[in-house]
Amino acid sequence: MKVQMTVNCRQVSGEVEGRTLLVTFLRDGQGLTGTHTGCDTSQCGACTVHVNGQQVKSCTMFAVEAEGAEVATIEGMANADGSLSVLQQAFQDYHGLQCGFCTPGMVMAAASLLAKNPRPSEAEVRRHLEGNICRCTGYHNIVKAIMAASGQHVTAVAAE
Amino acid sequence: MPKDGIGASTKRREDIRFLTGKGRYTDDINLRGQAYVHFLRSDVAHATLNGIDTSAAKDMPGVLRIFTARDFDGVGGIPCGWLITDRHGQPMQEPKHPIMAEGKIRHVGEIVAAVVAETLDQARDAAEAIVLDYDELPAVIDMKAAVQADAPKVHEELTSNLCYDWGFVEENKAAVDAAFDVAAHVTTLELVNNRLVANPMEPRVAIGDYAAHDDSSTLYTTSQNPHVIRLLMGAFVLGIPEHKLRVIAPDVGGGFGTKIFHYAEEAFCTFAAKQLKLPVKWTSTRSEAFMSDAHGRDHVTKIQLALDADNNFTALRTDTYANMGAYLSTFAPSVPTWLHGTLMAGNYRTPLIYVNVKAVFTNTVPVDAYRGAGRPEATFQLERVVDMAARELGVDPAELRRQNFIRKDQFPYATPVAVEYDTGDYEATLDKGLELSDYAGFATRLAESKANGKLRGIGLAHYIEACGIAPSNLVGQLGARAGLYESATVRVNATGGIVVMTGSHSHGQGHETSFPQVIAQMIGIEPDQVEIVHGDTANTPMGMGTYGSRSIAVGGSAMVRATEKIIAKAKKIAAHILEASDADIELKDGKFSVAGTDKSLNWGDVTLAAYVPHNYPLKDLEPGLEETAFYDPSNFTYPSGCYICEVEIDPDTGKVTIERFTAADDFGNIINPMIVEGQVQGGVAQGIGQALLENCSYDSDGQLLSASYMDYAMPRASDVPMITVDHSCQTPCTHNPLGVKGCGEAGAIGSPPAVINAVLDAMHRAGKPVAHIDMPVTPAKVWAAMNH
Repeated sequence: MKVQMTVNCRQVSGEVEGRTLLVTFLRDGQGLTGTHTGCDTSQCGACTVHVNGQQVKSCTMFAVEAEGAEVATIEGMANADGSLSVLQQAFQDYHGLQCGFCTPGMVMAAASLLAKNPRPSEAEVRRHLEGNICRCTGYHNIVKAIMAASGQHVTAVAAE
Repeated sequence: MPKDGIGASTKRREDIRFLTGKGRYTDDINLRGQAYVHFLRSDVAHATLNGIDTSAAKDMPGVLRIFTARDFDGVGGIPCGWLITDRHGQPMQEPKHPIMAEGKIRHVGEIVAAVVAETLDQARDAAEAIVLDYDELPAVIDMKAAVQADAPKVHEELTSNLCYDWGFVEENKAAVDAAFDVAAHVTTLELVNNRLVANPMEPRVAIGDYAAHDDSSTLYTTSQNPHVIRLLMGAFVLGIPEHKLRVIAPDVGGGFGTKIFHYAEEAFCTFAAKQLKLPVKWTSTRSEAFMSDAHGRDHVTKIQLALDADNNFTALRTDTYANMGAYLSTFAPSVPTWLHGTLMAGNYRTPLIYVNVKAVFTNTVPVDAYRGAGRPEATFQLERVVDMAARELGVDPAELRRQNFIRKDQFPYATPVAVEYDTGDYEATLDKGLELSDYAGFATRLAESKANGKLRGIGLAHYIEACGIAPSNLVGQLGARAGLYESATVRVNATGGIVVMTGSHSHGQGHETSFPQVIAQMIGIEPDQVEIVHGDTANTPMGMGTYGSRSIAVGGSAMVRATEKIIAKAKKIAAHILEASDADIELKDGKFSVAGTDKSLNWGDVTLAAYVPHNYPLKDLEPGLEETAFYDPSNFTYPSGCYICEVEIDPDTGKVTIERFTAADDFGNIINPMIVEGQVQGGVAQGIGQALLENCSYDSDGQLLSASYMDYAMPRASDVPMITVDHSCQTPCTHNPLGVKGCGEAGAIGSPPAVINAVLDAMHRAGKPVAHIDMPVTPAKVWAAMNH
């Protein structure tokens, strides 16, 4: 069946099966391979995208359920001039990523948090990341990056 | 000097692509016309496989071919890379490890058949129509039961389920036993080092491709060491010469050891692509990963420490059962032996040590190296038994350690377990750890916790590890079937830019940023003039890859050696142009000058001359500026450090919360402190995961109970605290050119005993003394221990 939606402000469409997941549509159908699949039980959050402004695990949603929706992925998160957004820049500044595989999901989850709660506490950041697993960083620098992106004072990297 | 040379916390250049969704992981690669494979895996642990009926499946839509074991005649088994010789001088038992089950199934998850189809869904659908005819056999899961005479055999052709019975150092056994006979105090501890799954966030992927025009094969794979895969798969499994086989490991989403090994799926995709003349792609699901990625740890140990009347350690002996799983994975036999027994001295002067390890086959997924590989197992038992001895003797655990430390003036120090530590200063890291953790102020925090109705405890561990694996001649004597050097080619282009082709592989470690810092420092140019190429056997020299915290210590050293050759040649070119002796040429800040004169040339002038050799000593020197070095280390490196954990326990639920965690490490010299700190923080989180949350669990029938993130408890953001990290104590390595030791595994090694010591300390202080609780210390276990 045919599905169409807006992805990163661009109208897209494609043929899918009823069982095709949104993440598969984005990766294989649209070539947007920044969104990753890290598990098959909706636990890891590597596939996190925004659907109509809501944070969604794109492995838990069929592509056809996104018919007509506004979808945002990591590929659409940079500034219009291609430079890193404040949040992305904070991830680099605070070494909030290592292997990079969970990173797109982390950025999408963090963007969603900051949209609702512009100055979250450390505990609020950690709670919000409950559905996003990182195996590399121990979350330390991810939490710092998100706090810094929200304009809060964070100890400089490599100075603790 | 460059502003981003050695010692700078340079931001990582690779982050840009990862943060914008432009990483290129293996699953992001799709080849034109590719087919997809779905592996039918066994859902029973042990069975005789009588037949496989594919008649219904093979005609289903899109199915290209179904493979079973009979399709692999002439194909070798998956090889094991390390031969252990047992206590009696006999080689370990080494069963064949076929690509697919050959007449017998030996673990849940073993591949029984493979369906290749035009789409993945078609392959999955067809696999459901395959009918297996098998007779289930009793499974052996428990290691001690597996070595009983009447236990079912995992491999009929072997004499038993015992892979090897290893003694180390066998000649010391009688002396060790004698020391125990006269000891003033003996502390005995039995413990389990829980079975774990490494769980890099990127599941494994393999894509095989075949080019008929030149009869060459290419494998794209999620590997930490593409050359090792090329050698093992080409030479031992598929019989493809290395010049006809290219292995590419592009961006790899974490490894932690489990992506070192050569897996059946890699060989299958390469084999099937050639058979079908189509690219064949496999992407592991997480559920498949739990039952096919090599697992880690899984030791059952009895350790005993003997002390004299003055609390000096006089002897140590350990008996360990180590689970190999159903087959020997690539480096599995080395993990409980040479990567474990040789570390049993820890930081201490214990003069007599004997280690016995019985490696056992069971009907479980193969077990191999996971972050630390043998060293966490050694450190856990040692740092637990030392803590237990301190409690039994009524002395401060920090001071008992200090008393028995190898002293700063005793290096180099030869331990009784065959290794020589080159440098270290254990009191310095202990003192730093005690200071940063505010050990002295614990009583105040304890009182606050008590006032809130909580238990509080503090625990420490002081680890040693052996990194930078390893001198090839030494590991060859110990049974390694490989050399463990590393390589680098440094290619200087005409306009001065540099490409380094390294055999090390980066899958989160940030080599693309840190390696250029070293070259920038050596030549005096900015790091952005240096590009790192890795992960492709077609354009990097033969390398052994990344594991065992070896990248900077071995791979970095190879790069330094190659760069030294570059500099030496460039000086000769400069000397010719400047009409001076090359002995008088100095290189500083990217400029060659003649000592004592104002004559100089820029870096770019010399590199251009190397490729446009008009004014050039062609009689004595080849044009061009490209050098390769292979570096074989003369010893391991020995990082060490003090880890201190402080926990609160909720007495109503048994839940343990990590309140503070301090890591004071000695990594020798450091290239990029930001990256080093990230490595420690991540390693500590994995160690906390092992101590509190993670457990790979089988039932007695061999069913894997923890086969998804619904059942296997990964550390989440709320499970770990901010981690205080320090690396100011530095005793540089004496035998590699950078003085570096490696930092990748320390966090996972030092943290589990610190956490458990803290938990038990909290219970002791609350009047609920418990000698030991096995990991993971879940709320249920803690509550039960306190209430029974």
